[in-house]
Amino acid sequence: MRRLLVVIAAALCMAAAADPAERLPDPAQEARAREIFPQVRCLVCQNESINDSDADLARDLRRVVRDQVAAGRDEAQVKAFLTERYGEYVLLKPAFTLGNAALWLGPFLAVIAGLALLASRVRRRDLSEGLSLDEETRLARLLEDRER
Amino acid sequence: MTAELGAFALTLGLALSLMQAVLGLAGAHRPALAGAATGASLGGFLCIAAAFAALLVAFVTSDFSVSNVAANSNTAKPMLYKVAGAWGSHEGSMLLWCMALSGYGAAVAVFGRDLPLALRSRTIGVQGALGVLFLAYTVFASNPLARLVEPPIEGRSLNPLLQDPALVLHPPFLYLGYVGFSVVFSFAIAALIGGRIDAAWARWVRPWTLAAWSMLTVGITLGSYWAYYELGWGGWWFWDPVENASFMPWLIGTALLHSAVVTEKRGALSGWTLFLALAAFTFSMLGAFLVRSGVLTSVHAFAVDPERGALLLGILGIASGAGFALFAWRAPALQSGGLFAPASRESLIVLNNIILTAATATVLLGTLYPLIREAMDGNAVSVGPPYFNLTFTPLMAVAFLILPFGPLTAWKRGDLWAAGQRLWLAAAAAIIFGLATYAIVSPRKALAAAGVALGFWLIFGVLAEVAERTRAFRAPAAETWRRLVGLPRGAWGMTLAHLGLGLFTLGAVFETAWKLETAEALSLGGRIEVGAYTLTLDSVRTGEGANYIAERGHVTVTRGGRVVCEATPERRFYPTGEKTTSEVALCNRGLDQVYIVLGERRAGEGGRPAWLLRAYFNPWVQLIFLGPLLMAVGGLVSLSDRRLRLAAGKKAA
Repeated sequence: MRRLLVVIAAALCMAAAADPAERLPDPAQEARAREIFPQVRCLVCQNESINDSDADLARDLRRVVRDQVAAGRDEAQVKAFLTERYGEYVLLKPAFTLGNAALWLGPFLAVIAGLALLASRVRRRDLSEGLSLDEETRLARLLEDRER
Repeated sequence: MTAELGAFALTLGLALSLMQAVLGLAGAHRPALAGAATGASLGGFLCIAAAFAALLVAFVTSDFSVSNVAANSNTAKPMLYKVAGAWGSHEGSMLLWCMALSGYGAAVAVFGRDLPLALRSRTIGVQGALGVLFLAYTVFASNPLARLVEPPIEGRSLNPLLQDPALVLHPPFLYLGYVGFSVVFSFAIAALIGGRIDAAWARWVRPWTLAAWSMLTVGITLGSYWAYYELGWGGWWFWDPVENASFMPWLIGTALLHSAVVTEKRGALSGWTLFLALAAFTFSMLGAFLVRSGVLTSVHAFAVDPERGALLLGILGIASGAGFALFAWRAPALQSGGLFAPASRESLIVLNNIILTAATATVLLGTLYPLIREAMDGNAVSVGPPYFNLTFTPLMAVAFLILPFGPLTAWKRGDLWAAGQRLWLAAAAAIIFGLATYAIVSPRKALAAAGVALGFWLIFGVLAEVAERTRAFRAPAAETWRRLVGLPRGAWGMTLAHLGLGLFTLGAVFETAWKLETAEALSLGGRIEVGAYTLTLDSVRTGEGANYIAERGHVTVTRGGRVVCEATPERRFYPTGEKTTSEVALCNRGLDQVYIVLGERRAGEGGRPAWLLRAYFNPWVQLIFLGPLLMAVGGLVSLSDRRLRLAAGKKAA
């Protein structure tokens, strides 16, 4: 366990970014706080996370997150705390809830729809007439050779 | 007087665009009318160029009786930024948009002399109709040449963040890209009206797509580089609505580039290519709307006006609505030829298109979801980078895995197994590089190492394809050389673009996973370490620039006791806008950069003043910008291919 902490601390010393005046004394806790920062919106800024913003509110929110982490809360608890206080708007990574189902499932549905379309087209093509596939292939090869 | 002449020229341009639209669409079978439409398009472009010149003159001479100049320029600003101010505001940038729109129309008139009359005339006509929409908007709702009754003595200034060389060039490139897709849009509508789409059509469309795509690539890269060094925390992509707005047409344009090849070479996918051609400019217009309407909060929103946003949405609705309605009506009747087997280059390109389209849909969904959710149940949500990293990135990873197979698989009916055999060396090398990265680079990150392997897979896969085409290592060297020299420019273009993508991937993965940050409040002589570099704050002096006051730090960067770089990060205060910005100092170390930011002054130990110095070590970060530039170069090399140049001069077969 102690070795793990040393490794994390070493990684952190290199990755320590934000203001030294704000840092938590315990490097492991500081690292956990920092994992949360990019996921929290600076509410008054124009679409920045509290990790990036210099605004006073971002500083306050960083302090809130650090205090929570220092009090032993885990990531989910901190996020729940923030959501309760500031609404869902504060999370840059929307939770997977009923209201956000369309958001999270959309990309998968898009891919599946595309693949289904492709599959149906390929199957339909097998039945078409004209030159047979082999003949067309030979023709294509000949044309391609000529282009080279 | 100049401004009035400009305003007059602009209105004349609108009238000529209207003529161009009517005559062009009516002139499909009447050469005399088509000729008049050509004349109108050239005249219209000259008029709008004259209006733009008038705006430039107003900015250069600081003519504050022009309200746009008064709002966006002042006498203290350096000349370069006075000039750039002409397209730095909403009104000016819309004029630039219109100029690009009519310029592209004129370019079709000039370079498309040998297109079939009907197609050319209709394309010019549709381009004119688009011009009417945007010019009417510019003239009546957003006139950049409007005068003030009581001109101020001094103007307000352009946002200091925007006073930057990269941002001088960023909008023109971006607009040449966005608006370049309008030509493709017009070509698609013209083909739908004519009811004929074939290989020749795709061959005519491809150069315009390539040109637009290359410009857009350069524009986005410049914007990204600007964000990287100007916003002061070293991020280069934030999945911000404004960035997404430019990225969606790029993704669709990329899909279009590929599907147009299939239509050109194989006569297949013509309906799909048409659809993408309509979609690309639709996304361009959507971007213009999102950026300017302020419906989404953005870190880059600099020219927001909700009322005008509604008008832009109207334009988008009219143009795209008409386009897609025509598509729904006419497309089913289009002949679509070209059979292909499940294992063929066509299928792989279709797969590429499915992924790119799904990725675009994802970006669109993520960008608009806050609006959707608010309309659904009134809740405000945020969709930020974590969402896109979890959805968009895996999609792209799949696309990258498939990519090298494409060029190595034959048209029609290919042999994926054979392609795999030609790629096993590339795959093995990529895996070795990935494992080596995992073993050597600390801290250890498995996912990032896999990303590095993916980048190398793209690069080696591309090289394997070149080796295959030139029979390298199998034929005598002379033969390989002969083939290498004889490769068509189109092939080189593809190779360079894919290579650029590989380099970008390496840079993006490396920078994201292994960037180092550090920050300390330093007194003079204090030092901090970032990675292998030691930074010493030698001095901080106050100085004055053209229109700002600056604190200029002098930082010596050493590595192993040897001085590698003298950096001068600045913190600037612009009195006209009461804004403070930081000018980052960058130390180039090969592909890496040390990124240094001078922060605020604080009280240090013993009452001595101290400055917050932040430093980042960004490994391989230059690849993030060099990769896309190489992609754009690839596009331009492909554009110079003899076949495409000849295509413009050949009648339909």
